Amino acid sequence: MNADLAALLYLVASICFILALRGLSHPTTSRAGNLYGMAGMAIAILTTLATPGVVSYSLIIVGMLIGGAIGTVIALKIKMTALPQLVAAFHSLVGLAAVFVAAAAFFRPEAYGLGVPGDIKVASLIEMSLGVAIGAITFTGSVVAFAKLQGLVTGKPLVFPMQHPLNAALGILLVVLIVLLCLDQSGLVFWLIVLVALALGLLLILPIGGADMPVVVSMLNSYSGWAACGIGFTLQNNLLIITGALVGSSGAILSYIMCKGMNRSIFNVILGGFGGETAGPAAGADMGDKTVKSGAAADAAFLMKNASKVIIVPGYGMAVAQAQHALREMADILKKEGVDVRYAIHPVAGRMPGHMNVLLAEANVPYDEVFEMDEINRDFAATDVAFVIGANDITNPAAKTDPASPIYGMPILDVDKSGTVLFIKRSMASGYAGVQNELFFRDNTMMLFDDAKKMCEHIVKALEQD
Amino acid sequence: MASETFAERATEIANEASELAKEVASLAVEASRLSAEAAGQSGDSTLVVGLTVFVLAVFVGYHVVWRVTPALHSPLMAVTNAISSVIIVGALIAAGPAGFGFSEVMGFLAVILASVNIFGGFIVTQRMLSMFKKKK
Repeated sequence: MNADLAALLYLVASICFILALRGLSHPTTSRAGNLYGMAGMAIAILTTLATPGVVSYSLIIVGMLIGGAIGTVIALKIKMTALPQLVAAFHSLVGLAAVFVAAAAFFRPEAYGLGVPGDIKVASLIEMSLGVAIGAITFTGSVVAFAKLQGLVTGKPLVFPMQHPLNAALGILLVVLIVLLCLDQSGLVFWLIVLVALALGLLLILPIGGADMPVVVSMLNSYSGWAACGIGFTLQNNLLIITGALVGSSGAILSYIMCKGMNRSIFNVILGGFGGETAGPAAGADMGDKTVKSGAAADAAFLMKNASKVIIVPGYGMAVAQAQHALREMADILKKEGVDVRYAIHPVAGRMPGHMNVLLAEANVPYDEVFEMDEINRDFAATDVAFVIGANDITNPAAKTDPASPIYGMPILDVDKSGTVLFIKRSMASGYAGVQNELFFRDNTMMLFDDAKKMCEHIVKALEQD
Repeated sequence: MASETFAERATEIANEASELAKEVASLAVEASRLSAEAAGQSGDSTLVVGLTVFVLAVFVGYHVVWRVTPALHSPLMAVTNAISSVIIVGALIAAGPAGFGFSEVMGFLAVILASVNIFGGFIVTQRMLSMFKKKK
């Protein structure tokens, strides 16, 4: 195939990818968007296979069959609650693939028209080393994020002494190695870059706590895009550059949205150490003698049945307990009783952006009953019952009233403005930020101590009984 | 007779045409050689072109992604993850040449990894999107 035709087809593929993202502006157009994405990928692969340099297909076909089979099986079997770790795992694969491609390009530059080994253009070397470094950081970083989300490693931030100086030193070392590579083009330096970047990815993500994973996963999403960009510059391939830039900016925007949802800067998140035992100096101390009002499923059922408006606020606890189906059943009965039921989603609820929306959709909750924080926050004042299931920090009024609180300034869902607040919680333990929620002790709050799924099932039973 | 002369003239014209085609081809070769030289002299013009494409694509990405509804942020991550596996293009070029050496092995491994991602990413996105339904 001639190079111009290939470039044109790559352009078509790029446009398909843009349309794939464009389709996600609304659920009705999103499925068509995904088809555009698949078409773009098919065009990209077939075009590359038809280029003159690619002659032996057997290896490629075997590789695609193996990879495709693994990917298909995983994607069909995965539970929707395990999505965050799945996405993290997939990011790590992109990172590792970028490392492999860069290695192939470095040791066999003639296949890509970059010169001969030992005599590669400096610009190509810089692009290559950036691609390989970002790829390696993405790889180990995503592996750590996966392990944290899967519960293989503690979700608590792992802080160690000299952590920031060590990371800074590794960063500087990385730059020095890249300069060295440009000077003498040795294979040893290339592998050293890979090693240092792998270590950096590991150390960067370890100190970040579990509930900050939405930011981390979006950030790694962004990195995997920049890695593809780096490889695109090396291979002088516009498709890779465009796609990498799209993915990179998408991940960056998501990280920004998540950070804004927590009122924290991206640096604050990346530096890590937030949450866990040490955070929250003002936590709990003055709450000792206060009492909470706890209730049973029948009380909750009675309250909601007699309400005219109920807003459900889901959080990560719902995902852990897999309570979304029982919750929807409960909402269905309430709707039959004539209660107006809606859902309110905080931007950082769950472990990845949009996590709650997917879980509710999985439980067949129509998406037009699910509202973003900005759309629904005003309505809490006119709501009889706010039903908080597995969420805590995102409803804590201390974020508005207590400047000493670690979550001060974070936008919250104003459940405290509604007539009655129901909290499903397993215990009185504080949320991720380590802050006690004063809402638990208010007169119009009722605590429902149980597993989220069991409690929903009990409420369903209670509703059905009368 | 008339048909013979006609045939002769036809072959003459054909010959001329093929000569012309040859000249055009040689001109094209010359032009491409010159342009290659020019590109070589201007040094990193490919880098500049790449940068132009990159910056414009970042802008496109910025505007498209801000229009994505927050409800679909999870599918957005899954689908961007799938399309970033377009890095398979580089892997195919590495695995493509005849023979079997270090870079072919690297390419082969990268093809496997990227394929896991392509199939896994698009399928899981499709699964998620198929769940988003309107009120009946």
